[in-house]
Amino acid sequence: MRRMFRTAGAGAAVVLAAALALSGCSSNSTPGATQAEPPKRTMASSVGSGEGQLNLIAWAGYTEDGSNDKTVDWVHPFEAQTGCTVHTTYGATSDDMVQLMRTGQYDGVSASGDATLRLIYAGDVAPVNTKLVPNYKTISSFLKNGNWNSVNGQMYGIPHGWGANLLMYTPSVVTPAPTSWSAVFDDASKYEGKVTAYDSPIYIADAALYLKSSDPSLGITDPYSLTTKQLDAAVALLKKQNASVGEYWSDYTKAVQAFESGTSVVGTTWQVIANLINSDATVKVETVVPKEGVTGWSDTWMISSKSKHPNCMYKWMNYIASPSVNAQVTEWYGEAPAQTLACAEMSDPNFCADYHATDEAYAAKIHYWTTPTKQCVDGKGDNCTSYTDWVNAWQRIRG
Amino acid sequence: MKLPSALRITLYIWMGIGLAILYIPLLLIVLNSFNSSRTFGFPPTGFTIEWWQRAVSSSGALSALGTSVLAGVCAMLIALALGTMAAFAVQRYTFFGRTTISFLVVLPITLPGIVTGIALNATFVQVLGPFGVALGLATVIIGHATFCIVIVYNNVQARLRRMGTSLEEASSDLGANGWQSFWRVTFPGVRGALVAGAVLAFALSFDEIVVTTFTAGPAIQTLPLWIFSNLFRPNQAPVVNVVAAVLAVAAVVPVWLAQRFSGDSTTSRV
Amino acid sequence: MAADQGLAPTRSSSYLSTRPKARLALLLSVPLLWLVVMYLGSIVVMLVSAFWTVDSFTGAVVQTFTLDNIVRLFTDPLYGTVALRTILVAVGVTLIDVVIAVPMALFISKVASPRARVALLVAVTTPLWASYLVKAYAWRILLAPNGPLAFVTGGNTPGYGLPATVITLAYLWLPYMIIPVYAGFDRVSDSLVEASFDLGAGAWRTVRSITLPLVFPAIAAGSIFTFSLTLGDYIAVGIVGGKTQLLANLIYGQLVTANNQPFAAALSLIPLAAIILYLFAMRRTGALENV
Repeated sequence: MRRMFRTAGAGAAVVLAAALALSGCSSNSTPGATQAEPPKRTMASSVGSGEGQLNLIAWAGYTEDGSNDKTVDWVHPFEAQTGCTVHTTYGATSDDMVQLMRTGQYDGVSASGDATLRLIYAGDVAPVNTKLVPNYKTISSFLKNGNWNSVNGQMYGIPHGWGANLLMYTPSVVTPAPTSWSAVFDDASKYEGKVTAYDSPIYIADAALYLKSSDPSLGITDPYSLTTKQLDAAVALLKKQNASVGEYWSDYTKAVQAFESGTSVVGTTWQVIANLINSDATVKVETVVPKEGVTGWSDTWMISSKSKHPNCMYKWMNYIASPSVNAQVTEWYGEAPAQTLACAEMSDPNFCADYHATDEAYAAKIHYWTTPTKQCVDGKGDNCTSYTDWVNAWQRIRG
Repeated sequence: MKLPSALRITLYIWMGIGLAILYIPLLLIVLNSFNSSRTFGFPPTGFTIEWWQRAVSSSGALSALGTSVLAGVCAMLIALALGTMAAFAVQRYTFFGRTTISFLVVLPITLPGIVTGIALNATFVQVLGPFGVALGLATVIIGHATFCIVIVYNNVQARLRRMGTSLEEASSDLGANGWQSFWRVTFPGVRGALVAGAVLAFALSFDEIVVTTFTAGPAIQTLPLWIFSNLFRPNQAPVVNVVAAVLAVAAVVPVWLAQRFSGDSTTSRV
Repeated sequence: MAADQGLAPTRSSSYLSTRPKARLALLLSVPLLWLVVMYLGSIVVMLVSAFWTVDSFTGAVVQTFTLDNIVRLFTDPLYGTVALRTILVAVGVTLIDVVIAVPMALFISKVASPRARVALLVAVTTPLWASYLVKAYAWRILLAPNGPLAFVTGGNTPGYGLPATVITLAYLWLPYMIIPVYAGFDRVSDSLVEASFDLGAGAWRTVRSITLPLVFPAIAAGSIFTFSLTLGDYIAVGIVGGKTQLLANLIYGQLVTANNQPFAAALSLIPLAAIILYLFAMRRTGALENV
C-alpha cells in the first residue's frame, strides 16, 4: 500500500498558507533560510525509562513483528530491550496518517515528505532533540535539516530511509541504453505499447522534471510547483506518452511481472523492483538515473506533541536509526538506509552500493515527493496548481 | 429427464468447457503456490514449498482470517435476523407497500460496491463522525450485513412461498400458539433455506473488498485487505497465493454442507 | 394472502399473537429501520453531498448548494466517455456470462443426476471463495504475453486492456449468473419440456419457446449481479486493464486521492442511475423476485 502516493494537498495548503500568511514570510526551499515559525511545542530534554507502551502509525513494512514473515521481526527485540510494548496502526495514505496523528492517541509516525510539514505546522508533532538520539550523529548528512523534515535548522524527526524513482529498461530490447527521460516521453513511440509509468497523479512531477530541462521556455524550477500553464504542458506530454503506454503500475507485483513477461520494457521504477526482477533472472533489467535527475521519497520518524509515552518514542527513534535495525528494515523494504553505519550490517554486502545509500551526489539529484499546493511549495508565489488539480489532470491523461 | 441426444451431448461438452473455465485459473493459483518465482513468473522458474512454510507461520494472515471470520459471522447473523423478519412480513402478511420492501431489500446488493461504499463512508464519517462514531470493525459489519440481508431474505421468502400456509394453519387449528407453530412447524421448514442463505451471506462478506475498503478503520485488516496490502510488500505475493489456494480448497466444506442441509437445492440462491 | 393474518387465532394469551398488526410491525420495524435509516439514509447523504463542494483552500466540505459538480459531469467529455465505456464493459460481461451460464445451468438442472447435481452446484460455487484479488492476478498471468494462453495459442492473447478486463470480470462474476439461472431452470417442470419434445418440437425450438421464456426472469436476475458488480469494480481493471480506466477508478481517485467527496458522490450518481434504470427495466420481467 505504501508508495501509493495519494493524498489531499488541500489539507496541507490551509495550514501552510495560514502559517505563511500570518508570518508574512515566504517559505524557502533552501535549508537555512528563514521559514515560517510553526506553533511552539516543547522539546524533550531528557529520556527517562520507558512507559511500557508505544503507539505508532507506520507504513506497512516499517514495523514488522514477524506476523507476516516469521524471520522478519525487529519489533519484538525492541520490546524485550525497552519494555515498551508496540502497537502499530498502518496508514494506507499520508492523509490517513495526518488524520490519525490529529487524534493525539499516538506517540509517533513514519511520515513521508507530503505529510511532514502538515504535521509540523499543525503543531501535531514536537521538535526532536537530536542529542537524545545517539544514532542521529551518523545519519546521512544530506538527510539532515531538509526542508521536508526541519524548520529553521530545528529537526522535527529522525530520517528513516529514502529512495529514487529510477528509469528501468530491458537492455536486450531497449538500445542504445537511455540516459534521459526522453526514452519514456518524446521517444516513447519507439517502444509503443511497452512503456510503463507510475499510476499516480504525483507522476506528473516526473514529466515536469523532464520539461524543466527539455523545454526551458516553460520556466519550471521545481517539479512540485507548477503554474497552470506548466501543468498543461506536462499534461500534454503525458497524454502523448499515454499513446505508447502498455500499462501503468502501482504495486511491486504488477511491475515485476510486467517486465518479466515483456509487457513493459521501459519505464519508471524503484530499485527494489529492479532487484526482484534480476534475482528471478528470467529477464535482465538495468536502471539508470537520467541526466534530468529523478523524483523520490524520504521518510522521517516524528514524535507527537501529545505523546503519552515520549520516552518509549525516543527509544524507538534511536532503535530504528541504529545500524543493525535500520539495515534490517530498509533491506527488507528495499530502500536506502538513512543510517550510514547500516551499510556494514546488510546481509547483502552490495546493498548500499545498489541503492547509493551514502552517495551524496546521487542523493542531490533527487527531488523528493512533496504535495503540490496553491501556495507554491518552492515559495515562489501563490499561483501554483494544487494536488486536486493534479488528480483531475491525471484522470484526463488516463482518458 | 429425457432430452434429445444432440442437445445432451452439446450440454455435456458445454458443461465441461464451463468447468474448465472456472477451474483453470484456480489450478494456476495452486501451481503458482509451488513456483519459486516471487511474482508468479511463467513458466514456473522452479519448485519450492517455501511459500507454504512461510504462509503457515504468517500470523498476519491468520489474524486477518480471524477478523474476516468474525466480520462474516456477525454480518451473517444480522442478515439472518433481518432477512428472515422481512421475508416473514412479506410472505405472511399483506400491507401497503409490500412490493417496495422487495425492492428496498434488493437495492444494496444491486448498487455497485463503490456507490454503497461511498454512501456508507459519507454517513459514518460526516454524519455520525461528530457523534463519536469512527471507522472500525463495526462499520465493516454494518456494511456487509446491509448487502447480505437480501440473500437470506430471498432464500427464506422463496421457501415460505413453496411451503404455503396450510401446515401452519393446521398447527394452530390443533391448538398450538403462535410461537409453538413457529418453532415446531415453520422453523423446521425454513431451516434449510436459512443455512443456505447463511453460507452464501458469509461467503459474500468473506471475499468483499470494495465496501470494506471504504468502511474499515485503519487498524482493521480483513483477509481481502491483508491480501491487497501484501501484494504491495516485496516477497509476499507467493504467500498470498498459498492463502488463496487453501481458501479455495477449504471452501468445498461449507459449500457442500450448505447444499446438504438446504435439502432441496432450489433454495440456494445468490 | 389476507387469510394468513388469521394464522395465530385469538387462543393465545400473548399480546403479539393476538394482534397480527403488532406482529407485522415488529417484524418489519427492525429490517426497515436498518435499510431505510442506515442504507437509504446513506444514499441520501451521498446524493445531497453531490451538490456540495470542497473549499479549495481548506479541503473541508462546504455545505452550500451548488450545481457545479453536476455541470462538470456533463461538460467535461472525460466523464461521458468513461461512463459509456464502463456501461459497454458491463453489457459485454453480462452477455458473456449469459452465454456460458445458461447451458451450464440447464445441464445441472435437467441432465445431471441428483447426486451429480449437488456436486456440480458445489463445483460452481466454490470458486467464489478463492480470493477475488488472487483470481484477478491469476488471469493476469494467464493472459501475459508469455503466459499459458500464449503458450497454447502460439502467442495469440488479447494482452492487457479492455478485452482482458471483460474476460476477467466475466470470469469473476460467472457463478453469480449460474446460480439464479439454475434455480430458474429447476422451477421449470420436466413434463413441460418433455411434452414439447413429444409434440415433435426440436431441441432448439423447445429451448427457445418453452424454457427460455420461463427462465428469462432468472437470467435477468443474474444479469443484475453481473451488471452492477462490473459497474462498481475498480480493482480488476487495475490488474488486467492495461491503461484502461473505468468509472469506479475515477470515483475512487476523486474520493481517496483528491479527497473530493462531493465530486466522487456526483460521479457515483452515474452508476446509481444506470442500475436503477436497469432495475426498473428488469422489474417488469419479475427479475427482482428471482435475485
